[in-house]
Amino acid sequence: MIADHDIPYLPRGVRVHRDRVRDAWVLLAPERAITLDAIGHAILSEIDGTRSFGEITAALAARYNAPAEDIARDSAGFLGALHDRRFLEVHS
Amino acid sequence: MTVRPPIAMLAELTHRCPLSCPYCSNPLELARQEQEIDTETWKSVFRQAADLGVLQLHLSGGEPASRRDLVELVQAARDAGLYTNLITSGIGLTERRLKELDEAGLDHVQLSLQGTDAEMADRIGGYRGGFDRKMQVAGWIGAIGFPLTLNAVLHRKNLHQLPRAIEMAVEMGARRIEVATVQFHGWALKNRDTLMPTREQAREADAIVKAARARLKGTLVIDYVPADYHSDYPKRCMGGWGTTGLNVNPEGRVLPCHAAESIPHLVFDNVKDVDLHKIWYEGAAFQAYRGTDWMQEPCKSCDRKTVDFGGCRCQAMAILGDPDATDPVCIKSPHHGALQAQTEAHASAPDGDLVYRKAPGRSIPESVG
Repeated sequence: MIADHDIPYLPRGVRVHRDRVRDAWVLLAPERAITLDAIGHAILSEIDGTRSFGEITAALAARYNAPAEDIARDSAGFLGALHDRRFLEVHS
Repeated sequence: MTVRPPIAMLAELTHRCPLSCPYCSNPLELARQEQEIDTETWKSVFRQAADLGVLQLHLSGGEPASRRDLVELVQAARDAGLYTNLITSGIGLTERRLKELDEAGLDHVQLSLQGTDAEMADRIGGYRGGFDRKMQVAGWIGAIGFPLTLNAVLHRKNLHQLPRAIEMAVEMGARRIEVATVQFHGWALKNRDTLMPTREQAREADAIVKAARARLKGTLVIDYVPADYHSDYPKRCMGGWGTTGLNVNPEGRVLPCHAAESIPHLVFDNVKDVDLHKIWYEGAAFQAYRGTDWMQEPCKSCDRKTVDFGGCRCQAMAILGDPDATDPVCIKSPHHGALQAQTEAHASAPDGDLVYRKAPGRSIPESVG
């Protein structure tokens, strides 16, 4: 489970890509392409390799005027699934 | 039916290869170097693919490193906006060339593994020194930092090496391993008596993969292609014919899957004559088995018909001589029992001499099986 002080980042070979044909955001990874919904794209857009998970979820909560704990729970689930597939890494 | 754009394209840049694996998925009739489409044509195909909606480009062969223009092609693919994956044995890659590929923007490398030691790997690949060279290349790949997938091709002769293959993937820093039991198309059909896994081996591989997935969660992703002939339901081949991916062969012919030329009645368009968009949406070979209208019974009324789309057309052709038939792997096929008996016979046959893939332009050996 990702902790507040963890700093998530996309490793080499994983990137967010604008799919102009389908008019959607996708996450491109080794031999995989995952369509991102608006929430997934918003979370990944905050990941810059320097800010912590706690900072990212606080920023999202403020921007979308949503409870921080809901944002943190949903984000942790989404990022955890990416981590299990090795599409996301974490600095402690 | 609504046809959606393809996600992936396999570009078979060449049929040339230093290895001669006896399960090579290339067709028996291999394209010669002078028949290969040129650099500018490939670059145009990559741009057309990106415009069509392709996201993932797999550069394959043969051995794609046998193309002198590989770096230039990778650069062009990245310029077109494609995620670029190199599928290689490693032979033909030097440290310098890998650095050039890095600068060109290569996203990912898939490295094949014929065995976990030199004795096995060089015997299966038919190339002495190949394993040692591959290990050297793996070191350079790791040093540069390319994301790596190890692709272990398994069969009766080397399935016992599966645990070591998984360990090697972890040691190399690979994020992913493809545990691919040999699929019997092309050259592999000539070697079923020697390569067919036993049922016990197939079940053991299932268990090894299951345990390794649990143990290595978050460290190594395992994609598993089980032993096809030992299954009860067929594979969802190509994710559904003409739904997800397309394949361009060295001569520029566009195929719905890499083995599709084994189906005699299909007619394939060539990128030299027709643009890729038109081929994908209107080409006769893509229309032939798209959706479910082509199906016969038992597929036609089956509740799994949009799960596996009747399985593999090329396998129905290879085993039954009828590309419209239900894949005989399927438990509902009237030929399932016969295939099971045939599988047992292959699996218990004494080892024969392996029939190795020949170089392009050489005569095809007589069938042994």
